[in-house]
Amino acid sequence: MDVRSQISMVFHLDKCIGCHTCSIACKNIWTDRKGAEYMWWNNVETKPGTGYPGKWEDQRIYKGGWEKKGDGIDLKGAGKPQSLTNIFHNPHMPVIDDYYEPFTYKYLDLIESPAGDDQPTARPISMITGEPMDIKMGPNWDDDLSGTPDYARKDPNLEKLSPAEQEAMFQMERMAFFYLPRICNHCLNPACVASCPSGAIYKRGEDGVVLINQSVCRAWRMCVTACPYKKSYYNWNTGKSEKCILCYPRIEAGHAPACMHSCVGRIRYLGVLLYDADRIEDVASADEAEVVSRQMDMILDPFDPPVIEAAKQNGIADSTIDAAQYSPTYKFVKRWNLALPLHPEFRTLPMLFYVPPLLPVMASVTKADNTAQSAGMNPIAKHWPDSWLYDTSTAALFGTIDEARFPLQYMANLFSAGDTAKVGDRLKKLMAVRLHRRRVTVGDVAEDTVSEALATTGLTPQTADDIYYLTSLAQFDDRFVIPAAHREQALEMMEFAGDVKGNTGFGFKNATAERGS
Amino acid sequence: MNALNTFLFVAFPYVAVIVFVVGVIYRYRQKGFTVSSLSSQFLEGRQLFWGTVPFHIGLLVVFCGHFIAFVLPQANLTWNTIPIRLLILEVTALVFGLTVLVGLVSLMYRRLTNARIRAVTTKMDIAVELLLLAQVVLGCWIALGFRWGASWFPASLSPYLWSLVKLTPETGAVFALPWVIKLHIVGAFSIVFMVPFTRLVHFVVAPLNYLVRPYQQVMWNWDRTAIRDPSAPWSKARPKNN
Ligand code: SF4
Ligand code: SF4
Repeated sequence: MDVRSQISMVFHLDKCIGCHTCSIACKNIWTDRKGAEYMWWNNVETKPGTGYPGKWEDQRIYKGGWEKKGDGIDLKGAGKPQSLTNIFHNPHMPVIDDYYEPFTYKYLDLIESPAGDDQPTARPISMITGEPMDIKMGPNWDDDLSGTPDYARKDPNLEKLSPAEQEAMFQMERMAFFYLPRICNHCLNPACVASCPSGAIYKRGEDGVVLINQSVCRAWRMCVTACPYKKSYYNWNTGKSEKCILCYPRIEAGHAPACMHSCVGRIRYLGVLLYDADRIEDVASADEAEVVSRQMDMILDPFDPPVIEAAKQNGIADSTIDAAQYSPTYKFVKRWNLALPLHPEFRTLPMLFYVPPLLPVMASVTKADNTAQSAGMNPIAKHWPDSWLYDTSTAALFGTIDEARFPLQYMANLFSAGDTAKVGDRLKKLMAVRLHRRRVTVGDVAEDTVSEALATTGLTPQTADDIYYLTSLAQFDDRFVIPAAHREQALEMMEFAGDVKGNTGFGFKNATAERGS
Repeated sequence: MNALNTFLFVAFPYVAVIVFVVGVIYRYRQKGFTVSSLSSQFLEGRQLFWGTVPFHIGLLVVFCGHFIAFVLPQANLTWNTIPIRLLILEVTALVFGLTVLVGLVSLMYRRLTNARIRAVTTKMDIAVELLLLAQVVLGCWIALGFRWGASWFPASLSPYLWSLVKLTPETGAVFALPWVIKLHIVGAFSIVFMVPFTRLVHFVVAPLNYLVRPYQQVMWNWDRTAIRDPSAPWSKARPKNN
């Protein structure tokens, strides 16, 4: 057992309101620079939808992630030897148009245009060339456009759905959507690291943050291809790749990352997970159906004495073990089994987990005879000649979650490599918690119903209350349990203190106070 | 005339190599951030293919040819004793020389006509491309107009280059060469001279190490078990990412 610690994240999708505050917070701090305008280390997508860059989930196009080859796994579109043979021209490299051409507007024209018959307009200009341009795409171009043929219907996750299911999903009155905020997953088996020919990308041992050393990156740009989440970006101006750094300077100082700190819906949780690094390769090469459960298995119980012992032997600080015990992500991911990684079939073992959203699923659909009602309608009234009955009462849905208006299969394609049982379990748990709380606060649900729901999902009233607390009432310190960073060590991640020992202070790093002659 | 020759074929090569070595080391250590191939594939990917691939492949072959003739002149000459083999060398050299030319011209065309690529073009890029163009044109000219370079290079140029290496410059043979070849030699050392100041520096950091390293890289700030050992001096191990 090789115990390591990882700063992991949980996003509770039911709570995301799609406000993009997180994206803006990140942009303002990290990517508001030339060459980085198009990068959104944090972005929020509407699902179903194509996302950013367009259809990023379709690895037949982008060739990201790992795939099974023989007994083990290998990178799909990069790796050995492709990272070297494709070094002059990488055939799987997305170009800027797959994301969008960054633009601004000529606002000055509004003020400085000479008087004329027409209103002056602020034309969009490209932030690359400075020339006027037509805007064709943006970072959240399909925001809220969930019913549209151009976007929602091109969602790669729809593929495994039957045509009937797809049709049903897009019927106007059934239509639903949800938001999917994404950042770098700081994976345990990062494809970006594995693909980098110069070895510029590495995972920090202490907290598992995946970083690109800007002085070592040589623009071989294989990470852009290899990351299946398209979270490694190429800066066209500096000729270096960049990615989410999980605000490590903030984490080291005990602050939550900017996207999490600013999150309006308070959907984000951050905490330490202890895991067994010996198992990484094994788990990543498991059968597709098993990847998720085995990834859960490799996360260790921070209360287990042997684990604690092994962690200490590996130099994990007591404060970190402490943080692991209080970690909200441990609760969501492991203790309550409520969260799942995004697209585990890419086999990078992401360390960002999502609590699947219940809201778009809510409402079960049953056939009912609507003829009488339709007949009674005024002829000019618009009505659909279908015979669906939408039942939005939670209790009824519990038994029939498989018939939810949003096919479970769709959620499963996103979060559990197509396994509906795993998503179903988690949604049922969320539902059971709701029933329980409904009974506590409103009281209109029968006790039997509640206890049955809790029993089938393996929850106790106490656990249900805990889940409710961490979901709805949690304060800042409950959501972000950040281990003390040991500044004395963290500082030396940036700079070796021995280099400046004995030098003159006040920033004259290299000037030693020497006696003149 | 002799003074100029001496400058170009004795002084300049030394200057070029010294500038190359010192410059590259200095840039690598002090300005690591600027060491990049500055790929523009992200801004334009299709046209690039038809430029960059022939350019680089051709260049690799042509460079290896020159290099082998320089390092193993005897072997080269022995190989050439059978005419058909000599012919093969000559034709290969010309074909790949032309490949480089085609690639380079198409890269330059792309650089000048694509607005996005123009936005990331520096004066130095243009200078480098012009220098390379001149060098390649001269090279192809020599391959066509001054036959059997595969033999006279190892016979007369290799000794000259080796004499430079041994710090006992013998320039008689070079001084007598036609001016086209002389220009090609000066061009070669100019390119060497330019490397530390341009994007050409990326060839020095060709990532061959990738073939032998494991896929995953984890870096600890310190030797993680040593952190807890109070008897270890704190400066025992340097952090790897520093
Ligand atoms: S999400 Fe992508 S960039 Fe982030 S660690 Fe995983 S493979 Fe690397
Ligand atoms: S700030 Fe929070 S609620 Fe708003 S879009 Fe981002 S993740 Fe969702």
